[in-house]
Amino acid sequence: MAATVSVATAPRPLDVEAVRRDFPILATTVHGRPLTYLDSAASSQRALAVLRAVEHYERHEHANVHRGVHALSQAATAAFEGARERVRRFINAASVKEIIFVRGTTEGINLVAQSYARPRLRPGDEILITGLEHHANIVPWQMVCEQTGATLRVAAINRRGEVPFEEFQRQLSARTRLAAFAHVSNALGTVLPVKRMIDAAHAHGAVVLIDGAQAVPHSRVDVRALNADFYTFSGHKMYAPTGIGVLYGREELLAAMPPWQGGGDMILTVSFEKTTYNELPAKFEAGTPNISGAVGLAAAMDYIEELGIDSIAAHEQRLLELATASLARMPQIELVGTAAHKAAVLSFIMQGVHAHDLGTILDADGVAVRTGHHCAMPVMTFFGLPATARASFACYNNEEDVERLVRALERAREVFG
Amino acid sequence: MDLKELYRDVILDHNRRPRNFGPLEGASHHAEGNNPLCGDRLSLAVRLEGDRIADIRFEGSGCAISTASASLMTEAVKGKDRAAVRQLFEGVHALLTQPDTVAAPTLGKLAALSGVREFPARVKCASLCWHTLNAALAANAARVSTE
Repeated sequence: MAATVSVATAPRPLDVEAVRRDFPILATTVHGRPLTYLDSAASSQRALAVLRAVEHYERHEHANVHRGVHALSQAATAAFEGARERVRRFINAASVKEIIFVRGTTEGINLVAQSYARPRLRPGDEILITGLEHHANIVPWQMVCEQTGATLRVAAINRRGEVPFEEFQRQLSARTRLAAFAHVSNALGTVLPVKRMIDAAHAHGAVVLIDGAQAVPHSRVDVRALNADFYTFSGHKMYAPTGIGVLYGREELLAAMPPWQGGGDMILTVSFEKTTYNELPAKFEAGTPNISGAVGLAAAMDYIEELGIDSIAAHEQRLLELATASLARMPQIELVGTAAHKAAVLSFIMQGVHAHDLGTILDADGVAVRTGHHCAMPVMTFFGLPATARASFACYNNEEDVERLVRALERAREVFG
Repeated sequence: MDLKELYRDVILDHNRRPRNFGPLEGASHHAEGNNPLCGDRLSLAVRLEGDRIADIRFEGSGCAISTASASLMTEAVKGKDRAAVRQLFEGVHALLTQPDTVAAPTLGKLAALSGVREFPARVKCASLCWHTLNAALAANAARVSTE
């Protein structure tokens, strides 16, 4: 991701051993061996600062938010709304009205699909996605297409696992009402040229949603510099708890959208004849929200900025280069996804060993990787594979993790002869 | 954690050279098995003569455990009647799920699957073919999922 970041000087190097001490779970042993956690693209581990912030909130500040005048309710509301302001600064949104707390990226995409796309789309309209997408950025659009009669189009990927810009542009037309694509592919690690793609989609009058789940933890994201209309991501991939995520939407778009779910907090007045809806962002946050999750997410953002997102990105790129070179020396290993511009994700297969057997053998050595289709079955189909193994890196991984991965892969080769 | 308990020589051999693999001419019963989380796919074709499995073959792609289990199963059930197949199924099921089950002598080479129960995430790999066989024998053109 380093190439998306323009810095005049090299970022401060990460003290990875100090970082590792910030993640208590890394001291765990698995089957009697030290944990080598290489599955952060599925879910990252929690920083101590996050755990402490959540505990402090739960022990000292918890009550329901936006209700009641008592001290704890005010403390909880301050913590929750403070977290929203923290998120706004982290992604450089113009206003906290543009920050909607959701369960995660999946919910963010579904909200836009149902509240933005569904009421607007008609037969003949098109939604454009890419061949790299996670199921969460495919299925909600298929549902909207079924509901509205709109058509789903897919910009194809090439053998390196890239979406060629020309291909994306070729799929755009005046019929394209919405384009939705990943900032970074979860299955292959490909970094998409999102700024160019957003500009091209806008030139055709389309609104753009970016699935930022794999980008926000690893690179600087500025939603205004990108000029994204919607940008959504999850807390649990960036050292925060599960069940909290963010949908950023431009205020003008969110204001014009109907509420998605009804309930408490999203209303101004309710009578049996007529209900009036609350202002942004409350309009999209029916029911009691994940308050401690939001607090944890804010703490994770503090933590990431303390380390320096550019330092994290540079560190992860070094590990990616090391791991790529190490696996390239193993003749039975074939990398899947060799884009010129990648995040620290390696998808691979081993000749003669199914990915699931590989996963079990690596696990016996304490090495946690994801195996399977990575919720991106069309990507697997494109490469003619039922499954791959995927190693993904985060700020707390070190060179020893790469060495352990390589040793465990050698063992897999021995087991299967 | 002893990987050799899971990947015994019999398992590795049946994975490398699956028996009864390929299409079956004149099948009377068939079923598709799917393990959506793994991407395992199994297509099972059976030719029943009366109550007896005269022939059985499988196709598909899966991990070593799922491939070897299907291969071992086809060898074990060929020539058996429904009652005997049910008995084998129950024996394998107990072997895969209940701790300290000793493989009955009637299970023969299927006993090689006993190491799988130490790897709970992999039990469904070994059982997919058996559930698919049940479906094939229960009705024609069934579809089975382990999820």
